[in-house]
Amino acid sequence: MKKYILDFVVRHNEKLGGRFGLLKLTPANGSQLPEIAAGQFVQVSVDGSKTTFLRRPISINFVDKVTNELWLLIRNAGNGTEHLLSSKPGDVLNMVMPLGNGFPVEDATGRVLLVGGGVGTAPLLYLGKILRDNGLDVNYLIGARTKDELLMIDNLKEYGTVYISTDDGSAGDPGLVTQNKVWDEKWDRIYCCGPAPMMKGVARNARKSSTQCFVSLENMMACGVGACLCCVERTTKGNVCVCTEGPVFEINQLTWQD
Amino acid sequence: MARLNVEIGSLKLKNPVLTASGTFGYGTEFADFVDLNRLGGFIVKGTTLNAREGNDYPRMAETPSGMLNAVGLQNKGVDYFINNIYPTLLDIDSEIIVNVSGASIDDYVEVARRLAPLERINAIEVNISCPNVKQGGMAFGTTCEGAASVTKAVRNAFNKTLIVKLSPNVTDIASIAKAVEAEGADSVSLINTMLGMAIDVERQRPYLSTITGGLSGPAVRPIAVRMVWQVAKAVKIPIIGLGGITSGKDALEFIMAGATAIQVGTYNFVDPTVTSKIVDEIDDYCHRHNVSDINELRGII
Ligand SMILES: Cc1cc2nc3c(=O)[nH]c(=O)nc-3n(C[C@H](O)[C@H](O)[C@H](O)COP(=O)(O)OP(=O)(O)OC[C@H]3O[C@@H](n4cnc5c(N)ncnc54)[C@H](O)[C@@H]3O)c2cc1C
Ligand SMILES: Cc1cc2nc3c(=O)[nH]c(=O)nc-3n(C[C@H](O)[C@H](O)[C@H](O)COP(=O)(O)O)c2cc1C
Ligand code: FES
Repeated sequence: MKKYILDFVVRHNEKLGGRFGLLKLTPANGSQLPEIAAGQFVQVSVDGSKTTFLRRPISINFVDKVTNELWLLIRNAGNGTEHLLSSKPGDVLNMVMPLGNGFPVEDATGRVLLVGGGVGTAPLLYLGKILRDNGLDVNYLIGARTKDELLMIDNLKEYGTVYISTDDGSAGDPGLVTQNKVWDEKWDRIYCCGPAPMMKGVARNARKSSTQCFVSLENMMACGVGACLCCVERTTKGNVCVCTEGPVFEINQLTWQD
Repeated sequence: MARLNVEIGSLKLKNPVLTASGTFGYGTEFADFVDLNRLGGFIVKGTTLNAREGNDYPRMAETPSGMLNAVGLQNKGVDYFINNIYPTLLDIDSEIIVNVSGASIDDYVEVARRLAPLERINAIEVNISCPNVKQGGMAFGTTCEGAASVTKAVRNAFNKTLIVKLSPNVTDIASIAKAVEAEGADSVSLINTMLGMAIDVERQRPYLSTITGGLSGPAVRPIAVRMVWQVAKAVKIPIIGLGGITSGKDALEFIMAGATAIQVGTYNFVDPTVTSKIVDEIDDYCHRHNVSDINELRGII
């Protein structure tokens, strides 16, 4: 897929709960958004932050073809993301995009479970839309520490049934996503993005029930285009770049131990 | 356009802008962003005799105006390069230089010997300065004897342009440059990364799996310019300058300090189109200052 380096104008910056925000952007030159697969990411440049030198990898949260908008769901994790979250309508952000391989969707059928934790929910919104458009039965399982950190639940509900787990039990099932009652059901495929311990837990559940499972990794990146070899993950084929061979991997490609 | 052609040994470059090893992949990773034919050339990833898996993750950390890396020369080995990558580069109309690394002198020699017959490879850059591998690498680059012995051995195996890449992790870089010049190097490139370290105080552990790693980016530029200037005073062979270049202005600092050509490394990650912009900015500078040939600016300081 061809990669672009494009300026985007911020149209909306919506504060979500806690440390989260949602940026909606459109190409500054008025062009149509390029072809984008669910699960791909952008490398956004953070201008004007005193400490941020490299671009920041951020998942593509949603592609709105009607308004020609690209959405980024961002968690304030440090100076770079804080600076992005302080941008105002009209500000311009430069992005290298779309990067990575995205989630495989063509061969998916039946009932699928999309599991997200924290900001890992980001790529699942667009994924759910694509899968629903393909006629699948889409179900989300979203985990958070507490009710206030549940992100974009109403948006997710447009594309599927939403199940919730919170650590403190303030919404949905109490406990971890891996303890949610949805695991009693049979799924045709699982997609997952979230903190590493959560993805490992989901992978374990998937293996137990022999369900095919794809996870999206967030290894630290410098270039985002396969040039620096900084973002490697150990796989059955040796060290591979998450930015080009991923960020999505089938769990059996990874060397995660049970 | 001003005359931007420069010569490094028998290499004739259409302009002085090259890309630094390990930061530009095999060039093709950047083909969507830069017209590769506009560059003087590019230096491909560090290549070793046998495939190497590199160091464990995490391999990078951002630092003020730069980054630390500990990639550890991950590559698929010289034969894979020759059979699978080299054929994909043949359409590119700029010089392809292979960066050669090894753990022993025999390794360096064997890689150079295998690359020598390739028609489109007119030069190699011998990396005696990698801080991220346990044996070899930087060890050769930190003493005059080590640097001289690698250069001498590779010189015998490779009769095209031989560039030796120097380590900044030394007290007197000019003496190392003189030692490799004496053994027949056609050019020296400097600098490789500076040994550095960063600690994540929240987690109370180093950011890199290897604890220490190589610092690159604008943070190292003043050191690199100083070293190029010192080496320019000490040797007659052409110098390729690098370290933190982000613009035409930065590139010209190196040229004025004595470099014939320059390389752009880490900044490719920030602006994948930067190399092409640097060519334009150097040309623009020449026009503004009535310089008809870039070689007039070399070593004016
Ligand atoms: C493919 C990919 C997709 C991502 N998608 C999103 C997304 O949709 N929304 C979002 O908010 N974040 C996402 N991230 C994580 C985001 O890139 C980091 O949070 C961000 O780079 C931190 O930058 P900073 O300057 O704010 O913080 P820094 O000051 O640079 O770092 C703050 C803390 O975050 C850690 N950190 C830095 N970079 C990363 C990283 N790449 N992954 C995990 N931790 C990191 C640092 O170690 C440090 O502890 C994604 C990362 C990747 C690799
Ligand atoms: C991720 C990364 C990988 C590198 N790999 C190599 C390598 O394989 N061989 C080599 O000689 N130098 C390597 N270098 C060093 C660069 O080529 C260059 O000497 C250094 O980064 C300084 O230039 P810069 O500040 O413009 O990046 C690497 C640098 C980085 C950042
Ligand atoms: S981030 Fe550079 S290779 Fe993946």
